[in-house]
Amino acid sequence: MRRLPAAVLVAMLTFGTIFLAAGCSGEKKEGAAKETAAMRVAPAYGDAIVFGSNGDVSGFLTAVTSDAASHDAASYVFNGLVRYDKNVKLEGELAESWEVTPDGKKITFRLRKGVKWHDGTPFTSDDVMFTYRKIIDPKTPTAYAEDFKQVRRASNPDPHTFVVEYEKPFAPALASWGMSILPKHLLEKYEDISKSPLNKEHPIGTGPYKFVEWKPGARVVFEANPDYFEGKPYIQRVITRIIPDQATMFLELKSGGVDSMNLTPVQYTRQTETEEFRKSYNKYRYTAFNYTYLGFRLSHPFFADRKVRRAIAHAINKKELVEGVLFGLGREAIGPYKPGTWVYNPDVPAFPYDPARARALLAEAGWKQGADGTLENGGKKFRFTVLTNAGNESRAKTAAILQQHLSAVGIAMEIRTVEWAAFINEFIDKRKFDAVILGWSVTPDPDQYDIWSSRKTGPKELNFVGFSNAEVDRLLEEGRRTFDLEKRRKAYFRIQEILAEELPYVFLYVPDSLPAVHNRFHGIEPAPIGISYNFIRWFVPNERQKYTSFQK
Amino acid sequence: MLRYVVRRLLLTIPLLIGISLISFLVMNMAPGGPIGAAADMNPKATAEVRERMKAYYGLDQPLHIQYGRWLGRMATLDFGPSFSPDGRQVADKIRERIPVTLAINLLSMGIILLVAIPIGIYSAVRKDSWFDRISTVTVFTGFAIPTFWLALLLMMLFGVKLGWLPISGLVSLEHDSLSLAGKAWDRTQHLILPVLLAGFGGLAGFSRYMRSNMLEVIRQDYIATAKAKGLSERLVVFRHAVRNALLPVITILGLSVPDLLGGSVIFETIFAIPGMGQLFYQGVMSRDYPLIMGILVIGSFLTLVGNLLADVGYALADPRIRTG
Repeated sequence: MRRLPAAVLVAMLTFGTIFLAAGCSGEKKEGAAKETAAMRVAPAYGDAIVFGSNGDVSGFLTAVTSDAASHDAASYVFNGLVRYDKNVKLEGELAESWEVTPDGKKITFRLRKGVKWHDGTPFTSDDVMFTYRKIIDPKTPTAYAEDFKQVRRASNPDPHTFVVEYEKPFAPALASWGMSILPKHLLEKYEDISKSPLNKEHPIGTGPYKFVEWKPGARVVFEANPDYFEGKPYIQRVITRIIPDQATMFLELKSGGVDSMNLTPVQYTRQTETEEFRKSYNKYRYTAFNYTYLGFRLSHPFFADRKVRRAIAHAINKKELVEGVLFGLGREAIGPYKPGTWVYNPDVPAFPYDPARARALLAEAGWKQGADGTLENGGKKFRFTVLTNAGNESRAKTAAILQQHLSAVGIAMEIRTVEWAAFINEFIDKRKFDAVILGWSVTPDPDQYDIWSSRKTGPKELNFVGFSNAEVDRLLEEGRRTFDLEKRRKAYFRIQEILAEELPYVFLYVPDSLPAVHNRFHGIEPAPIGISYNFIRWFVPNERQKYTSFQK
Repeated sequence: MLRYVVRRLLLTIPLLIGISLISFLVMNMAPGGPIGAAADMNPKATAEVRERMKAYYGLDQPLHIQYGRWLGRMATLDFGPSFSPDGRQVADKIRERIPVTLAINLLSMGIILLVAIPIGIYSAVRKDSWFDRISTVTVFTGFAIPTFWLALLLMMLFGVKLGWLPISGLVSLEHDSLSLAGKAWDRTQHLILPVLLAGFGGLAGFSRYMRSNMLEVIRQDYIATAKAKGLSERLVVFRHAVRNALLPVITILGLSVPDLLGGSVIFETIFAIPGMGQLFYQGVMSRDYPLIMGILVIGSFLTLVGNLLADVGYALADPRIRTG
């Protein structure tokens, strides 16, 4: 279902970045008129949808997996207490409602009644309690315990109430309860839940789809859960085919072997603009939940000077980046939040493309043109290396374009691409870089403490550029300690202003998510979160159903 | 002979240990580690979490202890659990991939032999003829063309344009609902492109071997003798020349044994075939140490066994070697 992982902020790994980035904020859709006519078609049960996935599942319990394919598979089978709705606001899933006490320290979840696990056992607060205990259990090999360790006390006074208390109010905590709730009655006999058959072979949850089979390396199959608490999904089967190669997947799409995939910008603009493709597919386009940036090591003698960072921001033509890298399918970034969301501040100081201004700023900072055209300062040439990870085509293109832009103002930038693990371990962790081109996924919760706080500059921590600003530190703390959206917005708006002035990163662009879905599927209504939020209401009219041998 | 085989087999044990030790060290020298995928660039992964996960996989122990543990398990033929989050046994993961890779490799090997040997013989007998030249160009083209490129072109032609063959995968989605004959046809359809392509790429090596072996043999005195006896060309070529020219093929076949299970990453990735190549590649990318070690050990064992088979086979087929 490609739902947003509730509270996971991850650097986008090498290959799939754009394709894996889950959500979208939908405004634009090709062939919108056709869709409104189709909306009148009566919903019908049946048929199957075939997705393509670059990666295989590595387990079904999201507590122990960390890859997009596994989290995606789990989202069909499991539910959380909360989830993000189509407008990227938290709503109840297994929790009917929740209350936060005025001091923000206690959250009481009221659970849905009458929900059953796929094996028929009723779901109760015991399951929630069990899930919480397992995730903080040292025997569980999970990387996600941190949010749950903030809990001071958890209790379940009755089968339909679950209460957690925190030492200090912690706003991101609410979203953390979007994690998959696990069945106690099936897992309690396993000391290490990752070794249970629910993780390895056959997940059992409360979700809209029941697990059918997993053929490692080939496909994962799910079947509609007739007893799902929000109603039986219309589409009878969900089949995720594992197709590692992007080109093969695209051919499969064209030949009908898969029904939906995320397109690359070149596929979207050039390779699908045919009559034949339009006859069978709808293309969608939304702002993705991620951005690409140029980050400086702020202790580097060149980049310690804010004037130099500003000069570089002025020297970069972001519009050309969006055109050249994304074929126009994206937008210029000015800060670390997704444009159009409540936390996005559109009024921060921008640094328009202005090479003359860039040169002037550099001159102010003491950089004079040398004999070979490269700037010099006290005998040192302005030469640096930008690092990025290998296997990510858009980052490589970005680097090449930046190289041109910077050389126009007399800065010599070399490009080096390094395999992901070496990139992290040898360069980022050891702070052996001048500048990097990387991307971040953006979570719906605006807490970015780990990226900007001066307390997060240690080994393996994510403020690897070494940004340090007392006001930002204070505001980050403020933002995560209140549930009051207005207060939070104020704090994060100010943070964006400071980031724009200080420029630890030059924010480059936000790409669009570009899914294509076969047009026999109806009921797709793009929203800020993407298209998958109402997946259980997608359907294929009877006369257009394609896979009929799965019907029961 | 038996003593020789036993001695050779016993010798493989120290060899395997040496290979595994070197592999283990190289693997550990590569940057990154098994917990990188979960912990790198993940704000929730605190130092404590990292330590805990390292301890979970036994990576907090010094290398010699880790290797010792692994070797101890291997002594009982236990490959251990994989480091992937599903924690499934390495042996299971390998077992479910072997049939696919083996089937494709056997089929393509069969095609290679069936096509390459006649090409080789005919090119040698009719050296510098048109057939020789055309076949040389063709097999070298097959050898030189990047497989993934040709694969994509063929997929486009047969899969998208003509719609005759499926593009990728091993069976169609509705395979289970087909009749027995339907299932067989379904599988065959899925195998046609991968097997043909794998075969096409391998033709060059074999046909050239065969050709040069034949050329060598044809020049021998006993061939001249056979011709002088007035035997027909057919008899000379097939009874006297080919049988001798086939001898070195035994060596090549023996050396191909590890390839049967090796699988090709590029190939399996393009055709979305869940075989050994993909498994190994994923293992390497996620630094799944037990899986990498497991596949390397099997690979090196098969290489050693293949060598032995080649030697034994050669000795059986060629009396000159037996006496020497």
